[in-house]
Amino acid sequence: MRVAGKGCVDRSKPVSFTFDGRRVQGFAGDTVASALLANDIKLVARSFKYHRPRGVMGAGSEEANALVTVGRGAHQEPNVRATMQEIYDGLEVRSQNRWPSLDVDLLAVNDLAAPFLGAGFYYKTFMWPKAFWERVYEPVIRRSAGLGSLSREHNADLYEKAFAFCDVLVIGAGPAGLMAALTAARAGADVLLADEDSTLGGRLNGECEDIDGIAAAEWAADMVAELASLPNVRLMPRTTVTGAYDHGTYGALERISHHLSDASGRPLECFWRIVAKRTILCAGAIERPIAFRNNDRPGIMSAAAVRTYVNRYGVAPGRAVTVFTNNDDGHRTARDLKACGVHVTAVLDSRNDGPSGQGYPVIYGAEVCDAGGRKALESVTYRTVSGEEKLGTDCLAVSGGWNPAVHLTCHMNGRPEWRDDIQSFGPVEGMVPGLTTAGACNGTFSTLGALQEGADKANDAVQALGFKSIDAEVPAAEDAPYNMAPLWAVAGRGRAWLDFQNDVTVKDVKQAAKENFRSVEHMKRYTTQGMAPDQGKTSSMGALAVLADATGRGIPETGTTTFRPPFVPVSIAALGAGAQGIGFAPERLTTSHEASVTNGAPMIEAGLWYRPSYYPKADETKWRQSCDREVQMVRNAVGVCDVSTLGKIDIQGPDAAVLLDFVYTNTFSTLKVGKVRYGLMLREDGTVMDDGTTARLGEDHFVMTTTTAAAGPVMRHLEYVHQCLRPELDVSMVSVTEQWAQFAVAGPESREMLAGIVGEEIDTETFPFMGCGEITVGGVRGRLFRISFSGEHAYEIAVPARYGKSLYQALVQRAEALGGGAYGMEALNVLRIEKGFITHSEIHGRTTAFDIGLERMVSAKKDCIGKTMSERPGLYGDEREQLVGLKPVGPVKQLTAGAHLFEVDAEPVRENEQGYTTSVGFSPTFESFLGLAFLRNGRARHGEQVMMVDHLRGVTTRCEVCDPVFFDSDGGRMRG
Amino acid sequence: MRLTCPHCGERDLREFYYQGDAVALNRPDPDATDVEWDDYVHNRDNPAGETRDLWYHEGGCGAWIVVTRNTVTHDVLCTELASDLKEASA
Ligand SMILES: [Zn+2]
Repeated sequence: MRVAGKGCVDRSKPVSFTFDGRRVQGFAGDTVASALLANDIKLVARSFKYHRPRGVMGAGSEEANALVTVGRGAHQEPNVRATMQEIYDGLEVRSQNRWPSLDVDLLAVNDLAAPFLGAGFYYKTFMWPKAFWERVYEPVIRRSAGLGSLSREHNADLYEKAFAFCDVLVIGAGPAGLMAALTAARAGADVLLADEDSTLGGRLNGECEDIDGIAAAEWAADMVAELASLPNVRLMPRTTVTGAYDHGTYGALERISHHLSDASGRPLECFWRIVAKRTILCAGAIERPIAFRNNDRPGIMSAAAVRTYVNRYGVAPGRAVTVFTNNDDGHRTARDLKACGVHVTAVLDSRNDGPSGQGYPVIYGAEVCDAGGRKALESVTYRTVSGEEKLGTDCLAVSGGWNPAVHLTCHMNGRPEWRDDIQSFGPVEGMVPGLTTAGACNGTFSTLGALQEGADKANDAVQALGFKSIDAEVPAAEDAPYNMAPLWAVAGRGRAWLDFQNDVTVKDVKQAAKENFRSVEHMKRYTTQGMAPDQGKTSSMGALAVLADATGRGIPETGTTTFRPPFVPVSIAALGAGAQGIGFAPERLTTSHEASVTNGAPMIEAGLWYRPSYYPKADETKWRQSCDREVQMVRNAVGVCDVSTLGKIDIQGPDAAVLLDFVYTNTFSTLKVGKVRYGLMLREDGTVMDDGTTARLGEDHFVMTTTTAAAGPVMRHLEYVHQCLRPELDVSMVSVTEQWAQFAVAGPESREMLAGIVGEEIDTETFPFMGCGEITVGGVRGRLFRISFSGEHAYEIAVPARYGKSLYQALVQRAEALGGGAYGMEALNVLRIEKGFITHSEIHGRTTAFDIGLERMVSAKKDCIGKTMSERPGLYGDEREQLVGLKPVGPVKQLTAGAHLFEVDAEPVRENEQGYTTSVGFSPTFESFLGLAFLRNGRARHGEQVMMVDHLRGVTTRCEVCDPVFFDSDGGRMRG
Repeated sequence: MRLTCPHCGERDLREFYYQGDAVALNRPDPDATDVEWDDYVHNRDNPAGETRDLWYHEGGCGAWIVVTRNTVTHDVLCTELASDLKEASA
């Protein structure tokens, strides 16, 4: 019910939304929780395990009960805390974890079965028979378990990620945080102030007290206005700092448009990575409940939350409110309610003395031992020395004291320290380097104390950063003592809840202790206490106290479980912002991409690159038809293929050749200017790393090509070899892969074709096989390399990438005029298999130079990376699987890659395996499948027959072992 | 995690490529014993405490950096250019 004249919601702006289809009216500034309470809607959720009716418990992100689903369809979002969701016109809210409805939840039978569903229930019940697990137990458990549900549609919302840097990060904008931020800002530091609430001010917005002679909320608003006016301050409302990481890095989730009916293109959330030189944690404290029988009834709330609803939202959560407290704070709830005319039934104070004469009845030495009413609280029963009494009430405000929100201080493996004075765990300075704590999260609970500490800690922080500290004037404020006498659980029969979100009771924790799960970490896992989305924010301390009691130890000896990030749930969508669909990975496109797509080429991924598979002609319905035609076109006329994706590294300097001699197995210092050489590169462990050609453009100038896949690793490797092993070499290198567009022009007509395009004369003199040099193409300086990956007379022509598109067009046009055209990856692959040229299918990380028959390329005259280790026994010899060619010779004509090789009469089992196939393709040149394979002692077995067995695809083919070079074995076509 | 590149200053972890132990700088002579080569290529300590490893500023200037850090406290104690260290030891 609304209280006249109270709160900061804008009563001139009514807002309406729906809850389970029912229209609910609130005001601008309301949360779903405050609006529901204003409309006397007490039942908002069903509990996880027992489907108990639940209501709103708190007023912040620690809320354990009021989880709801917001939105519909692809925008549906489960497990939203009603206390954090601001309302807007048209907002659609639904309760969850119930069937068929919130009011009539048939799964509530679980509550009757409670005696069987206690701690360890899963472990004990579903053990036997074993076969039942997958077929019976798991499906049943899955159907009834889980909080909320996903839409199963693709997430249609926008998310963002961003980085921020600051001198001082202040986390939490309560009295300590506001004071810290202003102090640091006035000292000149670059300040970032983050708070998870929509309105900055923290508890000041929920309390009835004065600071500096004005209402606390007003004082907070003035402070925020002043901070907002300073150029060196950034305010981040609706932003929860979720984790503390190494070296001053913090994760933070900003909720940007959850509160807007029309986001106007703004993202829903932004995940921030904040780097701060110093951090002041002012995260406040979380009020703890007291466990007693049926303490989960809707209407039983945190006493501070009740104050927040009254003072901030102008909502009384009940018409006859009872307070149950073990400290002076609870009395403030009664005082505030009374001041605005809400009936206070009584304050039940578990202590034997405390404040009195405030105009409401107080019963000292009283403990609530039961609560009545199922879907809404109707009564409480309390016990004093003179017996039990029942009290009619529709709201019970409970204060069991406060726990400092130390979570972030523990994210780097720190443990909090027990403090007798506050009967709770407090932070330990230095657990997160650069982070200090102020205010309630440091156990300083009075407003004045928080203000003072905020100012002091900020001054310390700015001084450490080299700023001059300032004389911060701390205003007059509330400084009442805390006066708390611990009470964790009221003794008695029945179930008393500790963890509301995971339905864990006092009995469960005692049961765990009894079954010898005495360590707090074991108790947690056995009972699931603290393992719900709220991570035990309101329950861990109580559970710990009960466990300590049950095991006869003190709380500090019992210890705490580990606090880990994130502090609140963070959606994967926010963490992976931008990486959905097309943004999942960067796309690298060649300059011929558009032309390939226009000509109908299916594009395949090669690393991040996209390359054409083949270019279908109108009458071609199968890819093989196109591929076969393209292969024949290259063999008989001329083909053009974009090879720009190969890595290109420009290497310059007087010692360039020395470096190449050291990274390649063969020698490059002897290479003449204007020539190209094939090179083989090893890893230091002796296996092949990569291969490619390197051209010498000048005495001190080389251009290396790498395979597409290894472009990055080879660049890194060259820099490593230079900087870490041979820094004395005077050489520099840079990747120019994207600066040059490069096209293969292959086939008997290739020279004829280039004659019309290249300005210079091309003949055997100027461009012999493996020759290279500068050329002019339409007035543009380019490079020409006479190299071949097809076995044909071929060239690669390169121009600066900005001319790639037009050169490609010209090349294809000219090729077509000569009976040729463009060819794709499929044809390229067949052409190189026919020639026995290797790719990373063969040099896959386990093969040596010996295996691929290139051991003679490892120069005996010099050292190189990998040379010593390649000479180890076991890396060469008869036992090695060596590169061979395979041709089908039996009735089955198909070869498949990844199949295994066996002797003809051997049983095709692992023990008899002789090798495997790596690359296969149908060769139109030989009208047969051809394959490359590794076969044990293969080079000595040419002419033998083996069986290729593909167990996966069910193919068995009799093959002849042969030389891997099927086509033009003397290389006459290539050299000619 | 933040690392200070001697060229570029303090940068986020994701700009760097991690290689492994800085022992990689001490490449044995080609004629060194099998044991020395085996140690160099394969055997690494896994210290709880101070360690030196090689990082590559791949998303930045391309420098190989020797980072001295503590695996327990996560403190980064020192960052140096690998080439400087190598030349100094030559
Ligand atoms: Zn750098």
